[in-house]
Amino acid sequence: MIQGRTAEDAQGTVAGEDKGRAAYRALLDRVLAREGTASAQQRARAFSNEGLPPPLDALIDKVATRPAQVTDADFATAKASGFSEEQLFELVICAAVGQSARLYETGLAALGEATASGEAG
Amino acid sequence: MRLEILNSGYHPGTKLLFAVIRLFSGQPVPDAAKLVFYRPDFYGARARNLTHEAMRGPSAWSVGDRELMAAYVSKVNDSAFCIGAHTATASQAYQDGAKVQAVLADLQSAPIEEPLRATLRMLGKLTAEGSVSADDMREVLSAGASAQQIEDALAVCLAFNTTDRLADAFGFVVLSPEGFEAGAKYLLKRGYR
Repeated sequence: MIQGRTAEDAQGTVAGEDKGRAAYRALLDRVLAREGTASAQQRARAFSNEGLPPPLDALIDKVATRPAQVTDADFATAKASGFSEEQLFELVICAAVGQSARLYETGLAALGEATASGEAG
Repeated sequence: MRLEILNSGYHPGTKLLFAVIRLFSGQPVPDAAKLVFYRPDFYGARARNLTHEAMRGPSAWSVGDRELMAAYVSKVNDSAFCIGAHTATASQAYQDGAKVQAVLADLQSAPIEEPLRATLRMLGKLTAEGSVSADDMREVLSAGASAQQIEDALAVCLAFNTTDRLADAFGFVVLSPEGFEAGAKYLLKRGYR
């Protein structure tokens, strides 16, 4: 009985976990690997907050590292440099998702390390 | 919002939906809702799915606990819209606004269980500093949170670090207290999907 219930609980947990991870992978795949008005290379650079040309790099870095400081002027400057609203919509989303994904992966890696060494010890 | 397409670039069907939301809630449509309805194929559809799984999917954390995590991460990010939205939602879920206010004012002294306190502390460190160590995770485990609970909390952290950034970057308009209460009621009834 107890064993049966444990197996059932474990199955439920695994199914839930898979759905969450699948949703995460689906979001990353969509914003990075499929069609957009910004090029895939630009979206990848916004996601990783690396290698974008000025002045776009300033907006994207703020989105990733200090979003509360983004201003109207940051958008105005990026638009004046030739990016459309549709492109900025995509690139800002990539920057936000990218930074959050790095935090998530960092957390999961630390948890993995803590539980692996816990089992070994 | 800072992009004009997010203020007025919607299809007629979506505009109609917004009118219905305004009619039934008696409140303006929150910018968080507008964002996920703009070109939903690019971001909104998948983001709603991810957020719904984190906030309403199977977990040992209650809905109130997860809404509190969302509010706490938003506080660390200083994201005014999301602090307001998830303070209201956590308060309604717990039916205890004082508890939520206490956590946001001083996590250390707030009247909550230790596993939740240790988990919030870890999420705050990860969000503020961009890093956590295996030792940080061992502390949360020692406080009584399971590895699965930590993983579930990291998914909440993922969803709200994303939403907080978009709220601040796109310039979501902060709602009135009544607007946030109406939004909270909707999120508790319908979720994020």
